[in-house]
Amino acid sequence: MTPLGYARPRDVADALDRAAAPGAMFIGGGTNLVDLMKLGVETPAALVDVGRLGLDRIEELAGGGLRIGAAVRNSRLAADARVRQRYPVLAEALVNGASGQLRNMATVGGNLLQRTRCAYFQDTSADCNKRVPGSGCSARAGDHRNLAILGGSPACIATHPSDMAVAMVALDAVVNVRTPAGTSRTDVRELHRLPGSTPHIETVLAAGSLIESVDLPAPVEARSTYRKVRDRASFAFAVASVAAIVQLDDRRVRDVRIALGAVAPRPWRASAAEDVIRGESPSTALFESAIAAELADAEPLRGNAYKVPLLRNLVVRVLCELCGVDPPVRSLA
Amino acid sequence: MTNFHSTIDVSVNGQRRSDEVDHRSTLLDYLREHLGLTGSKKGCDHGQCGACTVLQDGLRINSCLQLAVMADGTEVITIEGIDAEGIDAEGIHTEGIDGTVDRAGSGGGGASLQRTFVELDGLQCGYCTPGQICSAVGVIREIAAGWPSAVMEQVTDRPALTEAEVRERMSGNLCRCGAYVNIVPAILRAQELRS
Repeated sequence: MTPLGYARPRDVADALDRAAAPGAMFIGGGTNLVDLMKLGVETPAALVDVGRLGLDRIEELAGGGLRIGAAVRNSRLAADARVRQRYPVLAEALVNGASGQLRNMATVGGNLLQRTRCAYFQDTSADCNKRVPGSGCSARAGDHRNLAILGGSPACIATHPSDMAVAMVALDAVVNVRTPAGTSRTDVRELHRLPGSTPHIETVLAAGSLIESVDLPAPVEARSTYRKVRDRASFAFAVASVAAIVQLDDRRVRDVRIALGAVAPRPWRASAAEDVIRGESPSTALFESAIAAELADAEPLRGNAYKVPLLRNLVVRVLCELCGVDPPVRSLA
Repeated sequence: MTNFHSTIDVSVNGQRRSDEVDHRSTLLDYLREHLGLTGSKKGCDHGQCGACTVLQDGLRINSCLQLAVMADGTEVITIEGIDAEGIDAEGIHTEGIDGTVDRAGSGGGGASLQRTFVELDGLQCGYCTPGQICSAVGVIREIAAGWPSAVMEQVTDRPALTEAEVRERMSGNLCRCGAYVNIVPAILRAQELRS
């Protein structure tokens, strides 16, 4: 690591001022950024610690929603009784992420803005268009077993690794952002850009913007779940995950919201699948055609093609469970 | 001119400290190299193994992923001070969670974990053990405070200290000797001892 400045700003305005200095970066819990600094992937000239700006509260919004401060630790958010009762899918996603120690450190803002765990992004001797624009992509011909099948580009197939953000996308959460010019709001589902030819530009946020909080809209009467598939039962990143929220009328799906994790450069809202299901009578066949519609544009490579049937089976099974439909019995093919 | 050092005020195992640290130093390196508290171990140094686990303001954290300067103003407990730590939920009370905070056996919980790890062979080489014990204190507190886990049927349930819960909640601590089969009973037994 190179010598490093450090500041603990007085308030958000002071934090924005300090972040405008060349090479300055915000730091929340540090679980990702400190690691990337050790690896030489990030070389900030100075850190602006935003962990103690009073952004660690969870507040009620008019109408039944919640406003979650960006510095709330992941474990506190998962433990909050209001989150567990009104947004169980979010609490489930949180407790499925990382380890107990990391959840006690990691912040909500940092979780949203965490970087991909693509091995080539983390290895400064490899080619990576995200880390060094124009250097190429070692993953395409290399180990891409856990990389994207949706939304990638020739330049980059890195995945966003968060569990929490997948649930937030399904919940239609909104981030409140502060810039020197004022405040703005962005849907979490629109926060991360697709890579295209500029994978180093990861979000729609202007440089020096600070996420202050995340708003969860008022909860709806629904069944929901977060289901994660990984290489070991605990403390591993997803190879695929799904957050699903289903509202059933008598015999029909009044509304459905599906978000997919670890299969795309951002938490992936499965709008095409939702459109197939909404208003229809739930059945295995319906769910299979829905996920087929979502996966129509999938671009799997040799090493991650397994994610296509995995995701299909995962989504169909979760939707069957939520809708009380017998899941299909089938071979692995 | 950028300043690359700061003075931090921290409490470590109940002793107040005021030390100048390089901003690049992690809390783990500060504890080991600056204070000579070498009980906390550097395993992977990337937050993946848990050997560096300490308690900060009552909560278990990976000290390898926190810069020492970020620990300014906090209270840190390492394995060297864990024997006096209670294993109740005091200090991590969570707003809105139903149920009373169980204060039985407050004090000495860390010491009972140290005893049960020895009695039940919860270690072989011992390198991961300081982190395992600090983490276990955190686990028992988090369960006492009603915090949810990934193995609960419903996240709205109140958790109990069971083998499944211990295995899930201790997954941030790796043991390359594979002493897990005795680590899990050691944690369950420590809880029995205090009740």
